Amino acid sequence: MNAQAAVTAKPSGAQRALRFVLPVVVFAAGLLAWELVVRIREIPPYVLPAPSVIVLTLIKDWAVLSQSLAATLLTTLEGFVAASIGGIALALLFNQSKWVEYSLFPYAIVLQVTPVIAIAPLLLIYLEQQTAVVVCAFIVAFFPVLSNTTLGLNSVDRNLAGLFQLYGASKPQTLRFLKLPAALPYILGGLRIAGGLSLIGAVVAEIAAGTAGAGSGLAYRIAESGYRLNIPRMFAALLLLSLAGIVIYGVLALISHLVLRRWHESALGKEN
Amino acid sequence: MVERKTSSGVEASLTALAVSLRGVTKVYDNGVMALGPLDLAVRKGDFISLLGPSGCGKSTALRIVAELSAPSSGIVRVARHEGVALPGHGIGFVFQEPTLMPWSNVRENVRLPLKLAGVPKAEGRARADDALASVGLADFAEAYPRELSGGMKMRVSLARALVTDPDILLMDEPFAALDEITRFRLNNDLLALWRSLGKTVIFVTHSVFESVYLSQRVVVMTARPGRIQADIRIETVEPRGEAFRTSAAYSDYCRRVSAALAPSYSGQSTL
Repeated sequence: MNAQAAVTAKPSGAQRALRFVLPVVVFAAGLLAWELVVRIREIPPYVLPAPSVIVLTLIKDWAVLSQSLAATLLTTLEGFVAASIGGIALALLFNQSKWVEYSLFPYAIVLQVTPVIAIAPLLLIYLEQQTAVVVCAFIVAFFPVLSNTTLGLNSVDRNLAGLFQLYGASKPQTLRFLKLPAALPYILGGLRIAGGLSLIGAVVAEIAAGTAGAGSGLAYRIAESGYRLNIPRMFAALLLLSLAGIVIYGVLALISHLVLRRWHESALGKEN
Repeated sequence: MVERKTSSGVEASLTALAVSLRGVTKVYDNGVMALGPLDLAVRKGDFISLLGPSGCGKSTALRIVAELSAPSSGIVRVARHEGVALPGHGIGFVFQEPTLMPWSNVRENVRLPLKLAGVPKAEGRARADDALASVGLADFAEAYPRELSGGMKMRVSLARALVTDPDILLMDEPFAALDEITRFRLNNDLLALWRSLGKTVIFVTHSVFESVYLSQRVVVMTARPGRIQADIRIETVEPRGEAFRTSAAYSDYCRRVSAALAPSYSGQSTL
């Protein structure tokens, strides 16, 4: 194991650099080809805008787009926080009582497997628009938190559980000092998935809301720009959504790494 | 050591017993008879080994003494000294694996039994450090379990069992997964600890050599369902050391214990 690591460690410096450089080269080449094709064939921007036009639109429309970005991020954050708290709390409840788990788990699955895009219009009828959008983000994001936390709470080492029993640990003590720490890597994995999903949920609900009327999020801007054939702005909003997703994932991955780096296999360097 | 032997030889009354099992059996839910009936009396301060083929129920017997498992029938008595109201504190248990919490450092792992019992943090840390010093790991309090070798993890596990100052130490094949050199060192350290602390030790093993080297009594168990095949007292000059390991008396005892064990592996196979 160690010998193998030592052998592969040699070229890893150059390899690591390539792993960053290559995608960037591909990205640049793609943009360049796109720009050239649009210019040479003189494709009008309402059919396909060149990358330079998209960037210019992003700068020109920044006042509108940044407001929409803030609105979407706020919805995403609210949905994510609700999903995290709800998912973890429900998993803890399931863990305390099998009866509650048997009674409620099927409904959690039903919520998960029913496409949220189909639920959103109904929610928009019954709830205020902003609430409905947050609820959509919550519905999409909470299941991975619930199922991962449940898995984590059930993955406690049997001998450690015996040890806690031997020393007369109370239920709250076992939860706090044994089950939650043991489940932490699983919970963080669930949160990482939930971060991206709450953005998707927010976007889906905004699109549904957008067709119904008012709205201010990025997805609403995309729908609105589509009606007006403002294709460059559609691309600019899409670019912002994509960047937001990447940042959300990166932040959650970083948090997970920082929390687990002292002890969990997933966060340890290869040199061990 | 010699003094303790003479004093415990005089009083054979019930009060001198640390652990007594009478007619203890264990039947699993699937109807398999795992243990017994088993009668075993362990005097205070004794070091006894339970030796037997795998699956003979020796670990089950240990778990019953620790109240981690309930016997199907029979009487279990475990002596607890006065004033120990907290559950588990009369008993320290060392599992087959180190069973450490990977998210806590060594000191916090050792402090766990005290933390669960509500001992103040500062006192708990001081006692954890004392326990770590007694197993030679004073310098590793801040380390995390993954940074330790197998032998060191086992020492941490031993320190955790000792931190509540229990009367009885139950050890379930603690050194089985270690290499021989590490195991010999831990054997010697365990003997030294036992001599200085005067605890009752029940040590489960499947190694004839380890059982003879460590214990005053070797209790040989039969294959499933586990019953007592032989109860062999190991008498030698204390304190034992490497000289005993290479002596003729040692090999004699090993031969006797092996002979007592023979029926369980020459007879019908349980595999």
